Amino acid sequence: MNGVHDMGGMHGFGPVEAEASEPVFHAEWERRTFALVLAAGAGRWNIDQGRFAREQMPPAEYLRASYYERWLWGLERLLVETGRLTAGERDAARRARPTPAEPGDRLAHSPLAADTLRAADVPAFLQNRRAARRDAVVPPRFHAGDAVRARNLNPTGHTRLPRYCRGHVGVVDRDHGVFVFPDTHAAGLGPKPQHVYSVRFDARELWGSEAPMNDRVYVDLWDDYLDKA
Amino acid sequence: MSEDHGRHEHGPHGHRPADDPDHPHNAPLSDVQLRVRALESLLTEKGLVDPAALDALIDTYQTKVGPRNGAHVVARAWTDPAFKRRLLEDSTAAIAELGYIGRQGEDMVVVENTPSVHNLVVCTLCSCYPWPVLGLPPVWYKSSPYRSRAVIDPRGVLREFGVDLSEGVEVRVWDSTAELRYLVLPERPAGTEGLTLAQLALLVTRDSMIGTGQPSSPGAARPRS
Repeated sequence: MNGVHDMGGMHGFGPVEAEASEPVFHAEWERRTFALVLAAGAGRWNIDQGRFAREQMPPAEYLRASYYERWLWGLERLLVETGRLTAGERDAARRARPTPAEPGDRLAHSPLAADTLRAADVPAFLQNRRAARRDAVVPPRFHAGDAVRARNLNPTGHTRLPRYCRGHVGVVDRDHGVFVFPDTHAAGLGPKPQHVYSVRFDARELWGSEAPMNDRVYVDLWDDYLDKA
Repeated sequence: MSEDHGRHEHGPHGHRPADDPDHPHNAPLSDVQLRVRALESLLTEKGLVDPAALDALIDTYQTKVGPRNGAHVVARAWTDPAFKRRLLEDSTAAIAELGYIGRQGEDMVVVENTPSVHNLVVCTLCSCYPWPVLGLPPVWYKSSPYRSRAVIDPRGVLREFGVDLSEGVEVRVWDSTAELRYLVLPERPAGTEGLTLAQLALLVTRDSMIGTGQPSSPGAARPRS
């Protein structure tokens, strides 16, 4: 979707401001949100569905929200979409005013659902070495050195083809191998495994003749995003 | 690290500083804190999350995984030419030799800075970042200014980080649009010939592995970021 999350090349957001000695999390709710997103989604929805959920946050709200507020919004959306919470339960949780409790002072004895990530399984969950790569034998449509044009696609669903490179010509720098295709994967239409390439675009091809002559932008793009140039 | 904060206003970082004096530790819980707490209680009641699993996830990224891992990879590459060759040829396997594997680092690509090439990593579409070697990303990496400008004005962004490149240096920006995760191998600083691997690792800053900084110079050691 042509959402506000697709920010590459936009102006007006101001300087990049780095915080000295930044903590990993800035508040307890950020920690809990991070962990809730990983744990609640484990084995229940894929990373592309997770990203697409966040992308659907209304644009003004997305830009106003902090990072973990976007994560929280996406989590609530997926819990309702997948039928794990009703919209009413979600809204009640949003309005909730529970008694302040200490971390650990929780409902420890609720029986866990069969597919719930157990504490004992967290190390294996985090050390899993295979995610989006597939063994499927799919012939590559391109090879290193080929000139390619990023297709001018404007799907309303999830895509990982940034707007700033659509229609532009680059060169295949390397073939990364076969991966699931996010556009279908996010829509629940299957992995559609295909090759992903690092495509090298001249800065001048993307941004015009004012851009520095020697600068390049490398974008990882799937076969379905590319035509021979 | 402070306790819970009030609902924040969104400055350039989209969060309040951790030591905000306007929000003492005993301040009333904010809307977002209450909302997260209520959601966690609800999911726990339904058996959809294991609170102990949440604690284990947080502990991993707060205390165990961070840019020290990446600094070890870089220092090893600086001192071991055979490792460096493997690292550039099959980054995932070479990094796994040192034990750094897993989520958001399943498929790694290491890109090397040289006197004529400077690499910079971004994720314009979200916040993709190599967790096993760098931990979770800093706020600026996930911010709109960085995501929007790194591809169109990398030299301007680099100047804001104090990195001023000459025109002759080629800037390569890597937009992490797929499931490949990028780590910059910075140049080894001059004057480090006698240093041990552990001493070298102390010079490798997080930002130097994203491309927004250079390694510290020996003798000018300062707290790493």
